[in-house]
Amino acid sequence: MLRILGAIPTLLLVIALAFLMVHAAPGGPFDDERALPADVEANIAAAYHLDEPLPQQFLRYMSGLLQGDLGPSYRYRDYTVAELIGTAFPYSLKLGAMAMTLALLLGVTAGTVAALRQGTALDKVVTGFSMTGISIPVFVIAPVLVLFLAVKLQWLPAGWSGATGMSRYLLPVITLALPQIAYIARLTRASMIDVLGRDFIRTAHAQGLGTATIVRVHALKPAMLPVLSYMGPAIAAILTGSVVVEEIFGIPGLGQFFVRGALNRDYTLVLGIVVFYASLIVFLNLLVDILYGAIDPRVRYR
Amino acid sequence: MNVLRILWLTLILAVVAACGGADEVAGPPDTLQRGISSDPETLDQHRSRSIQAADVIRDLGEGLVGYSATGELIPAAAQSWEVSEDGLKYTFHLRDGLRWSNGEALTASHFVAGMRRLVDPSTAAFYAEMLGDLENAAGITSGDIPVSMLGVEAPDERTVVLRLVQQTPYLVSLMTHPSTFPIHPGSIAEHGDSFARPGKLVSNGAYRLEAWVPGSVISLKRNEHYWNNAGTAIDAVNYHVIVQDSAELNRYRAGELHTTSTVPPDSFAQVREEYGEQLHVAPYLGVYYYGYNLTRPPFKDNAPLRQALSMAVDREQLALRVTGRGEAPAYSWVPPGVNNYEPPLSSFAALSKDERERVARRLYKEAGYSAENPLKIEVRYNTNDTNRKIAVAIQSMWREVLGVETTLINEEFQVLLANMRDAEITQVFRSSWTGDYNDAHAFLSALQSGSATNMPRYENEEFDALMALASNQVDPEQRKLYLEEAERVMLADYPLIPIYFFVSKHLVSPQIEGWGDNVLDYHYSQQLSFKAVP
Repeated sequence: MLRILGAIPTLLLVIALAFLMVHAAPGGPFDDERALPADVEANIAAAYHLDEPLPQQFLRYMSGLLQGDLGPSYRYRDYTVAELIGTAFPYSLKLGAMAMTLALLLGVTAGTVAALRQGTALDKVVTGFSMTGISIPVFVIAPVLVLFLAVKLQWLPAGWSGATGMSRYLLPVITLALPQIAYIARLTRASMIDVLGRDFIRTAHAQGLGTATIVRVHALKPAMLPVLSYMGPAIAAILTGSVVVEEIFGIPGLGQFFVRGALNRDYTLVLGIVVFYASLIVFLNLLVDILYGAIDPRVRYR
Repeated sequence: MNVLRILWLTLILAVVAACGGADEVAGPPDTLQRGISSDPETLDQHRSRSIQAADVIRDLGEGLVGYSATGELIPAAAQSWEVSEDGLKYTFHLRDGLRWSNGEALTASHFVAGMRRLVDPSTAAFYAEMLGDLENAAGITSGDIPVSMLGVEAPDERTVVLRLVQQTPYLVSLMTHPSTFPIHPGSIAEHGDSFARPGKLVSNGAYRLEAWVPGSVISLKRNEHYWNNAGTAIDAVNYHVIVQDSAELNRYRAGELHTTSTVPPDSFAQVREEYGEQLHVAPYLGVYYYGYNLTRPPFKDNAPLRQALSMAVDREQLALRVTGRGEAPAYSWVPPGVNNYEPPLSSFAALSKDERERVARRLYKEAGYSAENPLKIEVRYNTNDTNRKIAVAIQSMWREVLGVETTLINEEFQVLLANMRDAEITQVFRSSWTGDYNDAHAFLSALQSGSATNMPRYENEEFDALMALASNQVDPEQRKLYLEEAERVMLADYPLIPIYFFVSKHLVSPQIEGWGDNVLDYHYSQQLSFKAVP
């Protein structure tokens, strides 16, 4: 409870900083190569309260925020920020959740197998793949996958809106998961090798237990701790990665709106997403701490 | 809690998240799939602004007048119109039996309501000036006169009359612009400003709005109540929002799009080779230019220097080698191909490259610069590959011909716009201008003194006087002469460097028929059809 209360000043600070930064950026949401006549410009500024002094705009924004109102979007004039986040976030969540699941399943499996077959060709394949996966950025992976799987072979749609159903999520999910699979495999391998060398594992072997049972019952749990700690950064990486993936595949998720919003000076949309993400990250950190405590009884929070 | 259970929990959550939400969009197999480079801001014709919004709104709505695929004005909601002797009164006669997409009758008063809403200050419409020449329009937009005083009326259900304060021979073509489309009064009364959302928008064009997933796709379906429904071939249209031009090309290659909004500059040569006749390149009403800041030294009151820099830019080289997509080198401000107009060319257009450079060097010296005392200037452009290549090329041309030391500064687009508008720290800036209607006025009026769009802050009384004469001239021939003379006067002052005229670039699937190239780059979906399979 204390930790939850402690998060509120952090959030307020984030909002205030974000507000200042978006307004400090030169240019406004309605600037264009086709500059507007003074009358028209004044009418538009008045309609969006952009003619008020900045402190007043901040107070207006904060008082709206306290009532749960994130304001209207400047760029998407038919939508409120809350509506845009409400429709976009499920797509990002779906994409992120699938990528995370894929990363965990494949990463942990590959890492464990590599640890058990340490030094063999299989191990080398996994470590080699991990190095490549970590070092190639998403904006390189995506076009390459599109080129082969969508353009040349035409197995999968090149863009999200080009098909219906699950097939359109495959390429984006793979793109987004690849670096995480690589990283989690590396983490799992290292920590599994460490755990497998411990005394209690040797005892288990001495008791005559099979390798599969030892890994499942005794080794996996302690070996997972570093992976679990990495979940926080992994979620952050998937959020930022989705910015690129969403734009390349045309997925109507939050990441795309965030980048476009910043470039278009859509103040309310950018702020709304910052507020939303900040709350989400504070919440997720809290969740990871609690889970950590559940796995390792030595870690307890009051 | 066991770690495996946490993993299982995550997995279950992910599956739940993955299965949640029905988001099917693709539509029937014979849907026209079009690429569009950004979301419309809104499909409200008055609060929208972008080219992309206008493209979609031209499919949804219809004005009094329209364009054919090849760019000729054709009757649309109005089947005929006439102009009074003095050129100040336009009368449009609507077709019989026009209907909205919900089946209600569309009358002349809905056009009046639309135009009033456009100039109404409470609408805060970007294009409020579009009808600025209508009686009382300016006073209404500034909030001094009630909106009912606007010079437009509906004497009966099928007649729209517009009264003007000055000659606007392009008025008929303005009736093709979405900002002059009619409005369904019932929707506004019921939904207020959110009337243009899916499920609410009542439209009068060939299509109605079926769905819009912001950031992804806009789906249109045939409007059964449209007067020319029988002449509309394609039942459904999807506009796919694809911001990256390379991603759009990939989706065309993968067979997911029938038309693209552009072609990536880097892949242009390859695309031309690969796709041949599927590639459509056509002149477009837009000019790419470098503007001088005329309010500050070194360019304030220094026409010889401005001329020297302009002459040292080898436009042929830029258009051929740097952009290389068929752009025309620009020696005027108004592009060729504009209705009833012959753009005058800069005085040096007829000279050879060597002669131009010789004159440029002489002028540069006369302006007081030399090898020992070179001009040092900053060029600002917004970050983008083509802009950077052009800036680097011009930097080297200026250095080689004149010895100018140029610093290139790339800025984010909104930052550049803010700097241009302030006109304080800018010296030379990259910009462009596109015409909203096919008339020289759309270009020349941008440089009138005091106009917000006059980025170089050009001021010349003679130019302004000629523009005013043109605006009061009934005879189109005489008006043309005034406008041409105005451009000649302006070009001789060198307030900016026109560099090249834009071209439109599209890939169009061989399955599609009815595509026409035109200077406005309008491609109505209702004019397209799928080729019959033999």
